[in-house]
Formats: sequence, structure tokens, C-alpha cells
Amino acid sequence: MNVVFDWPLASCAIWLPIAAGLLVLALSPVGASFARGVALAGAVLGVLVTVPLYAGFDTTTASMQFVESRPWIPLFNSAYALGVDGISLPFVILNSVITLVVVITSGGRAGARPAQYDAAFLLMSGLMNGIFCALDGMLFYVFFEASLIPLYLIIGVWGGPNRVRAAYRFILFTLAGSLLLLVAFIALFLIAGGSFSIADWHRVSIDEATQTWIFLAFLAAFGVKLPMWPLHTWLPEAHVEAPTGGSIVLAAIALKLGAYGFLRFSLPIVPDAARALSWLVVALSLVAVVYIGLVALAQTDMKKLVAYSSIAHMGFVTLGAFAALDAGVTFDRTLGVIGALIQMVSHGIVAAAMFYCIGALYDRTHSRQIADYGGVVRVMPKFSAFFLLFSMANIGMPGTSSFVGEVLVIFAALEYNFWVALAAALTLVVGAAYTLRMYQRVIFGEVTNPALSDVRDVDRREFAVLSLLALGTLAIGLYPQPLIDVLRVSVDELLRHASAAKFF
Amino acid sequence: MELRELCLIVPLAPLAAAIVAGLLCRVIPRSIATLVCILGCAVAFVASAVVFFDVRAGASFDGAVYTWVASGATLIETGFLIDPLSSLMMLVVTFVSLTVHIYAVGYMRDDASVNRFFAYIALFTASMLILVMSNNFIQLFFGWEAVGLVSYLLIGFWHERPTARAAATKAFLVNRVGDLGLILGIGLIFVSCGTLDYASVFRLANETSGATFALFGASESSLLSVICILLFVGAMAKSAQIPLHVWLPDSMEGPTPISALIHAATMVTAGIFMVARVSPLFELSETALSFVLVVGATSSLLMGFLGIVETDIKRIVAYSTLSQLGYMVAALGASAYSAAIFHLTTHAFFKALLFLAAGSVIVGMHHEQDVRRMGGLRKYMPVTALAALVGSLALAGVPFFSGFYSKDALIEAVAASGIPGAGFASFSLLTGVFVTAFYTFRMYFLVFHGKERFSAAHGFAPGETPRESPPTMTFPLILLAVPSAAIGYFAIEPMLFGGFFRDAIATAENHAVVEKILAHFTTPLEMAMTSPASGVFWLTLAGVASAAFLYLMRPTLPAALRSRAGVLVRVLENKYYFDALYKAFGDGVRSVGKFLWLIVDTRVIDGTIDAAARGVRWIGKGLWQSIDGGVIDGIFVGGSARAVGAASRFLRRLQSGQLAGYAFFMIAGVCAMLSAWFFTQTKGFLP
Repeated sequence: MNVVFDWPLASCAIWLPIAAGLLVLALSPVGASFARGVALAGAVLGVLVTVPLYAGFDTTTASMQFVESRPWIPLFNSAYALGVDGISLPFVILNSVITLVVVITSGGRAGARPAQYDAAFLLMSGLMNGIFCALDGMLFYVFFEASLIPLYLIIGVWGGPNRVRAAYRFILFTLAGSLLLLVAFIALFLIAGGSFSIADWHRVSIDEATQTWIFLAFLAAFGVKLPMWPLHTWLPEAHVEAPTGGSIVLAAIALKLGAYGFLRFSLPIVPDAARALSWLVVALSLVAVVYIGLVALAQTDMKKLVAYSSIAHMGFVTLGAFAALDAGVTFDRTLGVIGALIQMVSHGIVAAAMFYCIGALYDRTHSRQIADYGGVVRVMPKFSAFFLLFSMANIGMPGTSSFVGEVLVIFAALEYNFWVALAAALTLVVGAAYTLRMYQRVIFGEVTNPALSDVRDVDRREFAVLSLLALGTLAIGLYPQPLIDVLRVSVDELLRHASAAKFF
Repeated sequence: MELRELCLIVPLAPLAAAIVAGLLCRVIPRSIATLVCILGCAVAFVASAVVFFDVRAGASFDGAVYTWVASGATLIETGFLIDPLSSLMMLVVTFVSLTVHIYAVGYMRDDASVNRFFAYIALFTASMLILVMSNNFIQLFFGWEAVGLVSYLLIGFWHERPTARAAATKAFLVNRVGDLGLILGIGLIFVSCGTLDYASVFRLANETSGATFALFGASESSLLSVICILLFVGAMAKSAQIPLHVWLPDSMEGPTPISALIHAATMVTAGIFMVARVSPLFELSETALSFVLVVGATSSLLMGFLGIVETDIKRIVAYSTLSQLGYMVAALGASAYSAAIFHLTTHAFFKALLFLAAGSVIVGMHHEQDVRRMGGLRKYMPVTALAALVGSLALAGVPFFSGFYSKDALIEAVAASGIPGAGFASFSLLTGVFVTAFYTFRMYFLVFHGKERFSAAHGFAPGETPRESPPTMTFPLILLAVPSAAIGYFAIEPMLFGGFFRDAIATAENHAVVEKILAHFTTPLEMAMTSPASGVFWLTLAGVASAAFLYLMRPTLPAALRSRAGVLVRVLENKYYFDALYKAFGDGVRSVGKFLWLIVDTRVIDGTIDAAARGVRWIGKGLWQSIDGGVIDGIFVGGSARAVGAASRFLRRLQSGQLAGYAFFMIAGVCAMLSAWFFTQTKGFLP
């Protein structure tokens, strides 16, 4: 086994899918089925790589594991440095699994250029893993920017009728954010004495004013990705236009980059500013939960509804992370951050499943309008059972993964401020209202739309994908301990950084 | 077998049955699904009985099953607390569930989705058992939500009916409001005690009792009072107390066996059970107790009145459930926890009996539910009529029947209480005695006695008469009629005065109302014989007599009275306008959502961003085109066209200088910002 663990596993997690993606592109003229086989093999390999990554992961240390480092751009002291810790590992695994799901799914689409479609997801997957594994700021930035391109193409080429505007706004919003990120990174590079090493950035002292500026740059950059109000309007649009696979990756992985950025950069690098401005993030999180929840209530398009619900769920992530910063002494603060992280993983599974379900309906009737459905349970009983499970997960039902994250975040928020917790917990009611409204109208009742009268229930492939996602959410919901074990020590370390004063 | 293993069997047997019947509901024949679920439930019942007698013999168990969350000093485990309180609840739940399972075989025999139905009720049984057997707050919440989910699915079981769908959603959402309170209460317990294990929390409660925290600005509130009231908000939704009661009458849209099992005997009593379970906390907060007392008393009175004007047989029973739950809650508020649980137990039997009898009537009447189109059914459905009579006598609290003992003790306990609000509560409960007896016998007389009016019912051919239900339905009626009649007589002594509950229920010394009423209790026989000396007896009698007078002797009088009392009847028929109020609120919230979406999101935010973008584009386009649009067009787009095919056409469409213009401007902006930053730094590092 040691032989396996000595491999550059992080590099493999990044470059295997990318290589597979490029190979698929190159092979696409040879034969569609051949390219398809390569794409599937690449996605499966991507998942297999994460197995030794998890098996060999030491949950007792906070230091980076599976570390690789070699000089990259000597001019900037930038290194090709990779590694994983408890915070990044779950996302590398999630990303690889979701990519497999998407690649499996894509075969069901009769859309144009299936090989290029698969390739885009494989490239995306590798780049995302790069973001989660990078230990060097420059490297992180390159992956962060590069990952925009495949998603941009996925929406722009394979999207719906208004895909151009949606892709355009998607790239514009995120580009604006990432350029601020670049400014912050260059500033940190200079402050750290010419180092792009993220570990160095964690250690270096930064005065308060600079911290505030850097924090605000991070807030804009990661806030767009998350997305946070009022930078959120690109997301529902992108989701509506994106093909099913694009929506899944966007919700499951791309949104997590923002929250990951907060945890990896904002909290430990500019902790004083993060603490001083935690009220701002908490306030924006509550806006996400309450305001966005109400907006979701008014939606008539299923994808838009789930898109808004995603924003609300991401509000819980930022709330957990930043309320924990300010939590009192009696409460174990790591629980707030752990809750936020579990919420991220959980949302990755549940939102993917929700978009998958909506995609399955869309494939059959070519409508995403709630009003076009009704009585689906009569024609698709198995589907309806799965959709029920995921709808319940979407509203944080105990036994599903969302409950674990939400309850820990609510507990952390209670320690922060009772009214904040109350506002956040309103999601119990509002979330249930919009999710059940959709479920009830789509699934129950009589079949009124003739397009629905002779649709088939889930096929074997859909059944497999839905079962996999169902298993994921139930496993974490009923037995979250293995995930917590992975997170725990790294979160401890993170909060140690985040609670120490850093300025001169 | 060890108690722990035995306890594992109790929820796992019905759970396994639910999984088998649920996952294979389209594969296995109905006979197998039905049998598996009944078997699962029967196993749970037998195991619960063994546990019950073990606990009677002095055994108890409090231990973990597995660790749910462990992180640093935090440890949240799932586990069982088996003591007199939980073992009694286990027995009640599994017994009622078993009878309902058997009854449903007959009741649902024409339904195509019977397998799914059985899977749901088995799942419900398991969830309810997980709830009552829990030794910690988080597992309580698990069970709490799970029973809510199954309740949602079962209320909406006949989802072709729009009313059933609406009722299901309403039930879920109203219960979620309660869950909001419950989870905040649990959260406050967690952040103040660092644990969610009942025993540890109760141990720490005394130390926390003085603690305060700033809830409203600077004024400090008692932490325990806030916790208890939040927990009780959860109970108010689950146990349908005003103003969170609105979902329960509508839940009658579900199949009748469900109304009996979930919306009368078990799930709706979860709130009562929970407050009794955490009595060590409530005992430390007189504020919370007083709140509980007043809410319970108000609910019992107001909901009872609604039973008088209702004409749907199931809804009459539902309002009586609401009212009786109010009785139990009032007893909790008076610290008479054992009396509340005693009434919960007797109520579970006689209310399940009444519902199942109502279901039998509904089947016999070809699904007619309006009592005005019944009458004289005694002749055609003798077993059902007898069962309904036993249930009615118990509900009205006629001496020797189970309801008499539990209700009488409860009323006395509330009267003896010194908690603020006890006077009002006592008055409400006494009024309620008359009201209960009246509407119960109004229903009984209208259905089983008097003139036969079912020719007006739909589905009846001229001359056709109702028929008695099959034995699978009447047998459970008999099974339930026995405890409905007798359990009060046998259980009052051990449950109220015999120390049955041991230390499962805590009562502060100055709240010991049950001990006070013990002073003049001798034997159950004596209690029944001497009851004519109390006002309660005469109130009951007056209620029955008025019902007999109005609905048997002068059947035209009620209509005349109704037309006289216009406003009052209108208020009652509109159920005090709670539904209208909530509907208006819900519509308002959705309008706010629409406003935020269409105006704030779309117009204000997007409008601002688009305007800014237009400005940038205007400048950028000019600048960029003057530099060179052609280079980009030639190299960037042309190159990717060869590589990605379709992507290029897409990119070219964007290539009217727009995106490039933005990018250029952003990069220029970044450079400007960086330069500015350089200049402000006195000692900049350079690589």
C-alpha cells in the first residue's frame, strides 16, 4: 500500500482528469463511443485516485498531507506546491464523484458534440481539484481562473436559449471578483516578502488597515462565487440556461469555491479583519437565508427555485464560519465551522441531486415550469420517491446530511446571538414552504399535461445515479462521524490561526 | 435477553417492515406487505410489553446506541432511556398501532396503494418509538421530524384531492413553525450545557436555573424560561395548541386509520410526552408553566366549542382531540405530569376507538361523513354503535369509564394548583366538561339514533341500508373498547398515586398537586361512587341530557337556535378566523417574495449592474476598437475555433469587443489599483 501512498496523488487527482479530457478531445474524431469510453474511464479513475487519498489520510494531524513541491515560476518565487488537509480532502472526493455522476449522465443526452461536453467536465474536474490542492497562491489563482473557462463553455455552448447572456454575465461577475482576488494576492505576496506560499501568508503579520482592504477584496471575490447578496443575480440565470450537468457542477462544486476561499484565506490570513467585520458577513448571510428564501417562494421555474435555494444554503455556510469566529467561550467553536463544511459537502450532494431530478423531468417533457407538471407520481413512482428524499434533504430533515450542517450552524449562531439564530432558523419554515410547494405541485395530483401521460420511470442509469446520491446524503446524515474526523483537526488549526491577533 | 437488545428490537422491527414494504411496494402482493407490517408491529408490541413488565419490576436502561457527532469535548449520541414513562408510551404506541394495522386491512381493502400505506404506518410506528425511547434531545428531534414527515405523507395519501394536498402542506408548515421553536430550545440547551443527554442536562439544570441572558436589549431574561417556552412552542405545533392548532382539523383528509393512530392517539401527544419528559426543566420555571397552563386551558375551551357546530363526523372527533389535548397541556402547566400522561393513555384508547368507529360508519355510509345525513345506524351497525357508545362515555367522562378517572383527576389537580393562571384554567376545564359531553353525545345521537336520514347521502340507492363492517374492522374496535372502558379503573392508583413513574417525572415540592388530591382519594370504586357529590358529574350529565333533548327529543330546535345566534355561529363556523388570518399572512409573504424578486433583484440590483456595465462597455468599446479588434478576432477566436469547434461560433458572437472591452478595463483597473497601492507603501518589497 505504501507504494500507492508515495505516488504524487494530489497531482494525479488534478492531471488524470485533465489528461483524460484532452484525450477525449483528441479522440473525438475517431469515434464517439470510443471517446465516450475514455471519458468514463477518466471519470472512474478520477474517483479511484481519491480512494488512497482518503485511506492514507491521517486524521490526527493538521499539517498538509500528500505534499508535493517543486519550483514553478522562480521569478515570483512561485512553486508548484500541492497538498491536502481535512478541509480540502472532502471537496476533492466530492468533486471527483460529482464529475463521475455528470459524465455518466451526459450519455443520456442526445445533444451536440457529446465528446467535447464530457471533455469540458473532465477538464473542469481536474482544475477544481487543483484549486482545492494548491498550496501556492499563484497556482491557486491560475486554477481558479482556468476553471471558469470550461464552465463558461458548458453554459455557452450547450445551454438554453438565453445561454449567451447567462454565460456572459457568469464570466463577467466572477472575473470582476477574481481580479480583486489577484490584487489581494499580489499585496500578500509583497507583504510576505516575496512569497506566494499560502502557509507563509498564514504566518505573516499584517497591519489592521491592510487586513481590512484584503478582507474586502476576498469578500468581493469569494462573495461573487458563493454567491452572496447582492452579487447573486448571475447564478439563477446561469442555472436556468446551463445544461443539467453544468447546473450540477455549478451547484455542487463551483459554489463551494467561494466558501472554501473564505475558510482557506479570509479567516486565517486576515483574522483580525475577519473578526472585526464578521457582523457584515453574518448580516449578508441572513439576507441570503431570509430574503433569498422569500424570493425562492415566488419562483415558477424549478431550476430557478433550486438556484435560489442554493444561495440560501450557502448563506448557512458563511453564517456558520463567521458566527463561530465570534462565538462565546462555552461553545465548542469548531462545531460552527465543521457545520459550515458539512453543509458545503451536503449541499454538493443534495443540490446535485435536485438538479439531476429536474434534469430528468426536463429530458422527458422539455419544461422546467412547475405549472406544466402534476401527478408525476402516477407515471414515475420511483422517481417521486427519490425526489421526495432529496426535497426533504433540501429542507434539512434529520437523517439527511443537510440536517447535520444546519443544526451545527444554528447552534453556533445561537451562541453568537439569539436573534441571528432565530432568523437563520426561519429557513426551517421558508425552505419547507418553497420546496414542498414545488414537490406537491409537480409530484402529486392528477396528470394534466399530455406530455406526461406516457413518460417512463427512471431507467437503470438514472436509478444508479440517484441511489448513489441518496446513499451519500443518508450516510452523512445518519453517521457523520467519519466526515467530522477528517475535518476536525484542520478546523482546530484554522481557528487557532483565526483567533490569534496578527497585526504588528 | 438484555434490556438494550430488547429495546433495539422495538423500533427496528417496524422499521424493517416499513423498508421491506416500502421498497418492494410495487413487487410484492398486498397480502405479504400487510403481513410483514403487522408482524413487525406485533413483534414491537410483544417486546414493548416485556420491557414494560421488566420496568414495572424495577429495571431501567439509559445508554447509548451509537455516536452521532463527537468532536473534541462535544459528544452527541443516539440512545435509549427506558423508564416507566417511555415504557408506558412504547406500550400505548405499539398497541394502538397494532390495532390500527389490523383495522386498516379492512378499511383500505379497495385502495390500490395499500402497500405504500402499510409501509407508511410501519414507518410511523418506528419513528414514534424512536421519539419516545430517546435519551437525548437530538434523537427526540429526529423522531419528531420523522413522524411529521410520515404524517405529511399520510394526510396527503389521497393526493388526487386538492384538499388533501393542501392539508398535508399546511400540517407540515405549521409543524415546522413549532420545530423552529424546538430546535432553538434544544440549541440553547446545547450551548448552555454542552450536552444534549437528558440525564446530564437535568443534572446541570439546577446550576443553570439562575442563569440569565440578554434577549431583549439590556433586560435579562431567565435562560431556563426561554428554553422551556421554546421547547413548548414545538409541543404547541405537534400537539395542536392555539394558535398552532389549525393543521389538525384539516389533517382529517387522511385515511381514517391514520386519524386514529397519528392524529389522535400517538403523534399529537408527542408534545405532551416531551414536556413530561423534560419536567425537570419546566419545574424550574414558573413562567413557562404558567404559559403552558394558559395555552392548554384556552385551547381546551375554544376547540371544544367548535365541536358543537361541526357536521363532519371525523372533524367532530378531531375537535374533541384538540380540546382533550388542551386538557393534557393544562395539566402539564399545573405540574400534574402524571395526570397528563394518565389522560394521554386513556385518551389514546378511547379516541382511537372513536376514530375507528367513525371510520367504520364512514365505510358503512359509502364515504358519507356528514352527520346530518346519518341517524339510526344502531340498527344496522350494532358492533360499531356499541363501540362508539363506549368511546363516547369514556370521552364524556361518565363514571367508571376510563376518561372519567383521568379527566376528573386532571381537573382536580389543576384546581389545586397555585401556578398563575390556574383559576382561569380551572374554569375553562370545568366549562369544557359540559361542552365535551354535549358535542360527544350530539354526534352519537345524530349518527346512531333518531330518524334515518341516510337517503340524502350520496351513494345510497333508494331503500339501501348501511351494513356492518367486516371483522377485520370490528375486531380492533372490540380490542380498543376494553381498555377504553376499564383502563382508568385499574390504572389510576398505580399511575397517579402508586409511584409508577418513579423518578421519570420531576415535580418541585411547591407544585405537588397530585399529592394534594391523593388526600381525598381512597379507591377507584369509591371515587366513582362518590362522584355525584362533585360538580363535574352534574356538568357531564347536563351535557348528555342537553344533547339528548336537542337531538333526540326536539330535532328541529338546533336549527332554530342556530339562526338566532347569528354572529356567534358565524365566528364558530369560521373557526375564529384563524385560517383566514394565516392565509392572508401566507399570501403577504409570497407577495413580499415576488417584490424582492421582480423589483429588488431584477430592477434595482440587475438594473444597477447593467447600467454600470453599459457605461464600461461604452468606454471600453471605443478604447478597444481603437487599439485593435482584429488581432483578437484573428488569433484568439480563430485558434479556439479549430480546437473546440462549436465554442468558437459562440465566442465570436460575444466578440463585438464587449467581453474583451470589459477584460481590458478590469485589467487596467487592477493595474491602477496596484500602482496606487505601491505608492502608498513606504517600504515595498520587490522580488
